[in-house]
Amino acid sequence: MTDLLEVTDLHTQFFTRDGVVRAVDGVTFQVAAGETLGIVGESGCGKSVTALSLMRLIPQPPGKIVSGSIMFDGQDILKMDDDDVRGIRGKSIAMIFQDPMTSLNPVLTISRQISEALELHMKMDKNEARNRTIELLELVQIPSAKKRIDDYPHQFSGGMRQRVMIAMALSCGPKLILADEPTTALDVTIQAQILDLLKNLAREFRTAFILITHDLGVVAGMTQRINVMYAGRIVEKADTVELFANPKMPYTWGLLRSIPRLDESRRAKLVPIEGLPPDLIAPPPGCKFEPRCQYRRDVCSEKEPELKRIPNAKSDHEARCWGTQEGGWLVDTDWKREIGDTRLIEAIKQETASVTATETPGE
Amino acid sequence: MSVTTNITPPKDEFIQRTRSTATADSGKNLLTVQALKMHFPLTQGIIFQRQVGAVRAVDGIDFYVERGETLGLVGESGCGKSTTGRAILQLYKPTSGSVKFDGTELTTLPGEKMRRMRRRMQMIFQDPYASLNPRMTVGNIIGEPLEVHNLAKGRAKTERVQELLKIVGLNPYFTNRYPHEFSGGQRQRIGVARALAVEPDFIVADEPISALDVSIQAQVINLLEELQDRFKLTYLFIAHDLSVVRHISDRVAVMYLGKIVELADRIDLYEHPLHPYSQALLSAVPIPDPQVEQKRKRIILTGDVPSPVNPPSGCRFHTRCWKAQAICSEVDPEFIEHAPRHWAACHFPGA
Repeated sequence: MTDLLEVTDLHTQFFTRDGVVRAVDGVTFQVAAGETLGIVGESGCGKSVTALSLMRLIPQPPGKIVSGSIMFDGQDILKMDDDDVRGIRGKSIAMIFQDPMTSLNPVLTISRQISEALELHMKMDKNEARNRTIELLELVQIPSAKKRIDDYPHQFSGGMRQRVMIAMALSCGPKLILADEPTTALDVTIQAQILDLLKNLAREFRTAFILITHDLGVVAGMTQRINVMYAGRIVEKADTVELFANPKMPYTWGLLRSIPRLDESRRAKLVPIEGLPPDLIAPPPGCKFEPRCQYRRDVCSEKEPELKRIPNAKSDHEARCWGTQEGGWLVDTDWKREIGDTRLIEAIKQETASVTATETPGE
Repeated sequence: MSVTTNITPPKDEFIQRTRSTATADSGKNLLTVQALKMHFPLTQGIIFQRQVGAVRAVDGIDFYVERGETLGLVGESGCGKSTTGRAILQLYKPTSGSVKFDGTELTTLPGEKMRRMRRRMQMIFQDPYASLNPRMTVGNIIGEPLEVHNLAKGRAKTERVQELLKIVGLNPYFTNRYPHEFSGGQRQRIGVARALAVEPDFIVADEPISALDVSIQAQVINLLEELQDRFKLTYLFIAHDLSVVRHISDRVAVMYLGKIVELADRIDLYEHPLHPYSQALLSAVPIPDPQVEQKRKRIILTGDVPSPVNPPSGCRFHTRCWKAQAICSEVDPEFIEHAPRHWAACHFPGA
């Protein structure tokens, strides 16, 4: 399959009074047509800036895409003039934002907002656009779409607004949709509705998705491949099943064991990642995760590792870690021992401690 | 419909009976809440405001919290879980019902006594950015409750503040810094230190980790657990994240539209949920494991939560429930103990 999107060595920086913030620092990845890619990371890791860079929506100044290339469908988005970018934005690449409360215009009706793109990109006349808008709203399962079309955003609930956003993103039949934390602002039952909808749409229209989120649970069920980002870099990438079955980078381990799981069999102590993400104005010289990493060695603080494939893992599984490179000290480490068993041992310790400590009345 | 004729409104004594079991006071309960209602009036008119309705944020809930336990309160936004927390602490004046804290009725407690009672019950807020005064130093923020309750002054106060900072894992020399100098996780630690300052017995934690990043959440959860062990604290832990609630709670109450629909020990609730809403809620939580995710059956609820101004008749969940039958829209189900320590309000509980 040929790649629909090919991002190579993307650098996006923000020039602030305090210094240069390297928000995205050498990111390379591909998305094939119809594929769903997950980008996972904490806030400030550069995942949203990556998405905005793809659409050339970085506010400039202070931001600037300093170098790299973004090949979309055979064209470099970074080399296009503004008019051409406008032709792609919303048409071939659409975006769904996190907050459906603020990303819709409160003074325009829903129909106005959706048909704007249709009239502009698809050259439809008013009537055509209106009819298509109703179809789109029905597609995203808005009940009595015909009646609701002239409502304003405030008349919709959060979940419904996110459906409107999705309808808007779908309006021109894009090849790629960037969904930036599409369900973070929503309740779990509504999140389940929206994820289900996105999954069906991706299958039906064979649209490629980039799903940006901090929630490992969401990407587990939605994506084919995952990039884990930290401090402006991709630190691990693999296909979804491989990443969860065989994670290699200590940061990914940290993410996995710092969240409680709903299907946890016993109460184990969580193992947080100590410390804070680095300051992106003056990041550590070596591996960016080194100051928080419990597996670090001297080399980690001296030189930054490259994103390289990992011996003993699937061929497309790469990590940016000295320990996982050829001959490294983490290559053969069994992550289940690192995550699962430390939890299990803690749990057993805790349980025996609590049994001896109290006589647990009434049980 | 023949069902309608058979249904008589539930007798008051029966409600009383079920309630007394749900809130059986055996002395080990630190907090007992009975028939608590918190309605916010909706008014119309500019000069003469007349009430045209009410938001029934909390509409008759019963539960108790045992000494030393963590009761998790989960539900979606707007279900009344935060209002419950605030009504318990009397930050809102409840419309009706009773809140007993260690044997004392709080709803009728006069101001000065209530103020003194507040020393024993504290709150940790959701947003560590909004809940700390940006113009006060950390020392003043944590020291203020000590002064208000006349617990320490001068040197003693400074020392106590430093000790508290150490307890929550911050550098004791941070006392002269301002909140903006701290990250979200550190600010939440300051909020925790402020709550601990007066040595409370009971802490209402209202979504204490929702505003934090994943890797920082675990730090705060672990801190709360350690403090509970160390100071024998009792928590009411309010959150929308079911995985976190499962992790931290001993018992869990599920709220929907102003009512508790299910209350059980944590394992019971998560492994044998009786109420369809609990079942849907649990099935909606994504699990970070692609293989598990593929096999899971998800219950997808249709529609949104109805408005608490005009809640549905009968069972409030019947408009979205796949099991709903005629009776559900007519009779509000009782909150009944279906198994030991496992209450649910549903006409057709179970799988």
